[in-house]
Amino acid sequence: MNARRLVLPGDLVSTNPRTAGYGTFVENGKVYAKVMGLMDKTDNLVRIIPLKGRYIPSPGDVVIGIVREVVSNGWNVDINSPYPAFLPTSEKPEMKGRKMNDILDMDDAIIARVVAIDPKMKVTLTMRDKVCRPIRFGRVVAINPTRVPRVIGKKGSMIKLLKNELGVQIVVGQNGLIWLSGDRKKVDIVEEAIYKIEKEAHTEGLTDRITEFIKKRKEGLQNERK
Amino acid sequence: MKENEFEADKGEEKVRLIVDGRRLDGRGFEELRPMRIEAGILKRADGSCYLEMGRNKVVAAVYGPREVHPRHLQEPSKAVIRYRYNMAPFSVEERKRPGPDRRSVEISKVSREAYESVIMKELFPRSGIDIFVEVLQADAGTRTACLNAATVALVDAGIPMRGLITSVAVAKVDGVLVLDPMKEEDNFGEADVPFAFVIRNGRIESIALVQMDGKMTVEEMKRALEIAKKGAMQIYKLQREAIVKKYEAIEIEEE
Repeated sequence: MNARRLVLPGDLVSTNPRTAGYGTFVENGKVYAKVMGLMDKTDNLVRIIPLKGRYIPSPGDVVIGIVREVVSNGWNVDINSPYPAFLPTSEKPEMKGRKMNDILDMDDAIIARVVAIDPKMKVTLTMRDKVCRPIRFGRVVAINPTRVPRVIGKKGSMIKLLKNELGVQIVVGQNGLIWLSGDRKKVDIVEEAIYKIEKEAHTEGLTDRITEFIKKRKEGLQNERK
Repeated sequence: MKENEFEADKGEEKVRLIVDGRRLDGRGFEELRPMRIEAGILKRADGSCYLEMGRNKVVAAVYGPREVHPRHLQEPSKAVIRYRYNMAPFSVEERKRPGPDRRSVEISKVSREAYESVIMKELFPRSGIDIFVEVLQADAGTRTACLNAATVALVDAGIPMRGLITSVAVAKVDGVLVLDPMKEEDNFGEADVPFAFVIRNGRIESIALVQMDGKMTVEEMKRALEIAKKGAMQIYKLQREAIVKKYEAIEIEEE
């Protein structure tokens, strides 16, 4: 892996406009960084991995949100983004004539999926999906949304590691909220590991360090039990 | 630009501001005041910065992009930028009445306009980016200090920008052009010209703000611009260092 350099907005990252990727902009045939982040440069692509920033929803994302308001035809949901989201009653199965407040009430946390964003930047959610459910137990951890890819890892490697090592249920929302459920002490370890990943997201060899971290904490847990 | 309007009865008695070819604080004509920048000092803000420029002390905080309230201020095609410059009541010798006044409203406006040219507003329609800068201690050139702090805070917040804004003032005192004037030079000098530049890839691309208080000839103005450019490049390096330092600090921690 080549060394990733920290770049700031306006830094020249390439002179070939064809290679311009995420986090860059082109002006006068030159490619500049538009956000602070790490430059990931290969022969045919330059992209900036941002280190900070808000979550901008895109269709298909799994997000964790909090119901802010119950209205006649659905729920207004806060998804930790500049744009408020709406979950219509039609996108929530198992209605069966119950009252809306009984299904989802104010301050309930939910796992939902983004279906569409209209030109007015109104975000529509759905709960017609396997992963989608109201959160009634467990723990929700908040991290910076730009670090989410690192928590998931390459093809889900990091999340698999956490799940396999500790047997905890994890759902990662693209908006930086993560739901954990399982044995309390193990959830504690996962929570700590996630904060560690967030803090060191831009460094290399992270997976190895996390493996070691979990091993150490698991030993600690076993010693406690003896 | 008078940081302290209560002082300075000009012409009452001539104050010498240049003694033996040096300035009152011992600086050379084209020398900046000592500067200290720290990024990411506020936990609740998306981006923040603390900056000292001589005896100026300012804090900048950036929030957003986020929902805009009240709703009617929203722009359907781009983000709205709001910039609030405010001086603390204790920032000057004589207590300043708190709240926005003519001067701070004007500074907020021109500073916001400077940022509108670099922030990529079109990426976040219907949202808002809020920039707050608070002057804790004033010693001339607070608007330039605030602009410098706001830039670092914006970068720290991860806001997409076309370049960085760096700002510095040039004053004319005792007939000489000096960089980054302090209070005495500002109050008793003949002119004060704050500049803000858009810097991209280590080069000054354009001017985002110029104001002038007092008089200067065209030649002096040209010369002032050159001096300001040199000063701005030094500040630009410090701004970069502040951000790099914050993200390097995390890497060291883990060892």
